[in-house]
Amino acid sequence: MLRKFAIAAAALSAAVVGVAFAAGEAEHPHDYPYSFDSPVGGYDMGQVQRGFQVYQQVCASCHGMDHLAYRHLGERGGPFAVYRVTNHETGEPELHVGQPAHGGTFVEVTDNPYVRAIAEAVIITDADPNSGQPADRPGRISDRFRSPFPNEIAARASNGGAYPVDLSVITLARHGGADYIRSLLAGYDGQTEGVLHHNPYFPGGWIAMPPPLVEGAVPYADGTATTVEQYATDVAAFLQWAGDPHMEQRKKTGLVVLAFLIVLAGLLYLAYKQVWRGESH
Amino acid sequence: MSGPSTYEPKTGFTRWLDKRLPIIRLGYDSFVAYPTPRNLNYWWTFGAMLSLCLAVQIITGIVLAMHYIPHVDEAFASVQRFKRDVSFGWLIQPIHAVGASMFFLAVYIHMFRGLYYGSYKAPREVLWILGCIIYLLMVVTGFLGYTLPWGQMSFWGATVITNILGAVPLVGESIQVWIRGGGAIDQPTLNRFFSLHYLLPFVIAGVVVLHIWALHESGQNNPTGVDVKSKADTVPFSPHATMKDLFATSLFLILFGVFVFYMPDALGHADNYIPANALQTPPEIVPEWYLLPFYAILRAVDFNVGPIDSKLGGVIAMFASIAVLFVLPWLDTSRVRSMRYRPIARQFFLIFVVVCIALGWCGGQNPGRLIVPATYNATLNWVQGGEVVEQPVQSAGEAGWDEAAAEAEEAMRAQGMTLVATTRTGASVGTVRGVRGGAPQSASVSAPSSDGLEEAITEAKEEHAAAAPYYMVERNIPGTFTVTNLSQVLTAYYFLFFLIILPLLGLRETPGRVPETIAKPVTTQTEGA
Amino acid sequence: MADAGAVGAHEEDATRRDFIYIAAGAVGAVGVAGTAWVFVDQMNPAADTRALATTEVDLSAVEAGQQIQVLWQGKPVFVRHRTADEIASAQRDDYANLKDPQHDADRLLQADGAAGKPEYLIIEAGCTHLGCIPTFAEGAYNGWFCPCHGSVYDTSGRIRSGPAPENLYVAPYVYLNDTTIRIG
Repeated sequence: MLRKFAIAAAALSAAVVGVAFAAGEAEHPHDYPYSFDSPVGGYDMGQVQRGFQVYQQVCASCHGMDHLAYRHLGERGGPFAVYRVTNHETGEPELHVGQPAHGGTFVEVTDNPYVRAIAEAVIITDADPNSGQPADRPGRISDRFRSPFPNEIAARASNGGAYPVDLSVITLARHGGADYIRSLLAGYDGQTEGVLHHNPYFPGGWIAMPPPLVEGAVPYADGTATTVEQYATDVAAFLQWAGDPHMEQRKKTGLVVLAFLIVLAGLLYLAYKQVWRGESH
Repeated sequence: MSGPSTYEPKTGFTRWLDKRLPIIRLGYDSFVAYPTPRNLNYWWTFGAMLSLCLAVQIITGIVLAMHYIPHVDEAFASVQRFKRDVSFGWLIQPIHAVGASMFFLAVYIHMFRGLYYGSYKAPREVLWILGCIIYLLMVVTGFLGYTLPWGQMSFWGATVITNILGAVPLVGESIQVWIRGGGAIDQPTLNRFFSLHYLLPFVIAGVVVLHIWALHESGQNNPTGVDVKSKADTVPFSPHATMKDLFATSLFLILFGVFVFYMPDALGHADNYIPANALQTPPEIVPEWYLLPFYAILRAVDFNVGPIDSKLGGVIAMFASIAVLFVLPWLDTSRVRSMRYRPIARQFFLIFVVVCIALGWCGGQNPGRLIVPATYNATLNWVQGGEVVEQPVQSAGEAGWDEAAAEAEEAMRAQGMTLVATTRTGASVGTVRGVRGGAPQSASVSAPSSDGLEEAITEAKEEHAAAAPYYMVERNIPGTFTVTNLSQVLTAYYFLFFLIILPLLGLRETPGRVPETIAKPVTTQTEGA
Repeated sequence: MADAGAVGAHEEDATRRDFIYIAAGAVGAVGVAGTAWVFVDQMNPAADTRALATTEVDLSAVEAGQQIQVLWQGKPVFVRHRTADEIASAQRDDYANLKDPQHDADRLLQADGAAGKPEYLIIEAGCTHLGCIPTFAEGAYNGWFCPCHGSVYDTSGRIRSGPAPENLYVAPYVYLNDTTIRIG
């Protein structure tokens, strides 16, 4: 049953050219081998630290992360968690960023010098405790990540009507997660249409965010290449951590719990067989 | 089944208590001495898992309520705070979310088991109906709970489902506003949904008590469907059934754990990590997986039936698909309980299971998606060279436009022009164009989808852009079989199974030979083995 | 089993049975206990509560003989600018018959152990009896008086009479400069 209908299309051919606006399917993000992909894989904290640096120096000028506080960076499982270890050569106690292979006692985030320094480098606008008027002060570790705009209206007004979304749980809120963020950030192809930029990984193909990453814009202290792709990889890893900060703990606990349940199931099976011995069923 | 109590208090205190509150006797008679058919298989262990699921949901839910804030500005953030900052919040929240899915997984298996072994048949009709009530309460509770994180799916799911109520004739809109506490989903809705979501699990627990009471009154069904006739047919509930239930439950917990620890978000939807936004609908709204079959039935009705429009029709079909379960004990006319001895019914049952799963698949798909691949063709006709002639068209009034346009086109064709077409630019004005002379050309394009065809046409036009100002495009749209069509077929079978197949088959079929007692086939089997 | 005598087999079975039951029961109990801890611990203060902000106070705004109340971690704290008379009275009573003996100077110590200034007393405002906020300049010692159950504190915040068992707690504070302190 072929339904047949003819439609007369009268359109000036000149008008047709240049409309390559066809929505179509977004390109599938590249599957990058992140350390956290496997069921036992944790975060590469060096990468998460670099990603935080990229966020702080690039993304944070437009995107907030309302659900994160600076102290989160230095809590257990955070990228700047500090442990007190004993130096092998001098025997002196010293601070070690990240959990050492063995030993080391966790330093509470209130005593974490790195996180304090990160927080204090940020200017927070808050009510002055004496005058009640809005006033700037250095950040504290208990402060939430600084919001670049006071509200959504201000954010839209500063960004040509587009709203830079909150990034706290962005990897969970997008299909493809960190792979998508990474592909998107490194996937601009240079085409523009008014205020829109073409990006094959973005659903619809046209995104209001201009290419945010520029080669060499964020200096890395650890000698990692400062390419756009590397920035994208690192910042996506940071955002993955930000969205799921307890992942390492969850996976480790899961291993213990599942092993426990398998043992329990085995014992219960034996007990069940024992109870039913000699019973026909 | 219950018979006289065999409990004998042994100590002075229990004798004293037994005279005043025989609670130990009740527990002993219900969960220790209670005679259980000895031939129950693993499908009978899901009742225990469901009790566990209810307990887990209530306990984790009470904990969540200690930290959750039912406010439109705080709800999303309070869940995030719970997962990030509260001790073990990262564990308890996924247990509650995954727990809902596990609860429904177990209840579906439990229900299919009841269907297969005829556990709804006399004298267990009330037991079955109580189970249906529990299921209905679970659906409502699950829906209310999904609203609470106040993500995009929460918000728009609540919008869509409350709109369903608006389909009810006359009072629908009033009910809708009453449920929402306003014209749209907002703070009043969230607050009352939270309150009801907290209340309903305890109502479920109450109905579960009735369900177990009814079970213990009529006794458990068993894979043969044959009534228990003597003590030889049964074993005491503890330790025999309890131990088996515990073992099966530990396996269930392993599956539960794999989801909680390694795929906590696999059963949810990414969009629910976007805070609710009343100004923007997500590109696709799908309910949680356990409601997808009903969602497919809702969407399957895309046609009006007499005075019933498609929206109301879908709502009726969806509610009917649950309502039919309540009357099932009187729809199935077979005198044999277990489908083990009903070879034809068993085939229909297996198809029914596949249909339910397929309905679930349909519920998660774009309704316009093609099931059977189709080829869309189009032929482009144009004229190479020639001269374009343009003439204004003016009709007497708005109503006379079609006639005037047809006349103008006819006049041009009469002059030997090709590719004649009119463009309307106002109520009664427009332009008629045609090409005089030139060489007629044509080309065909094809694509596997309607959008693809349009793209191919655009491409073809660009290719010949310079040569031809006008195209006549003939599109051949093939007959298609979409997800909606499939849902319609599956929905038809769903109702056919309950309303036609089970009533008729019970009267017509010749069942297999049913054993006389439970113990008999069991003993012969054991001897044979 | 065929080799063993009937009685032996029976005993062996019993041992095996008991082992399985006890092992399953023990492992199950560990699981229940571990799970219970998860649900108990969630009620402890969350990370954001534990890391609550410190509070900074500008002392220059407090006149001699006045006190202000500030909130620190949700609890009220008195910041009192004591007069010379109050200081003298507090120091005089260092060796009086005290319920909870403590020298005035020790009640002025900063959190890092450095000496405080006698003019400024920084104490938590909750009565050590049952938590009401005492009012100032009442009672026999010219210090604080708790209206709930009649506890009387002196100008150093030490308990002198009434049901309260301890002196008002000194809040952990440090001087950031001459006129600013940080509590917490």
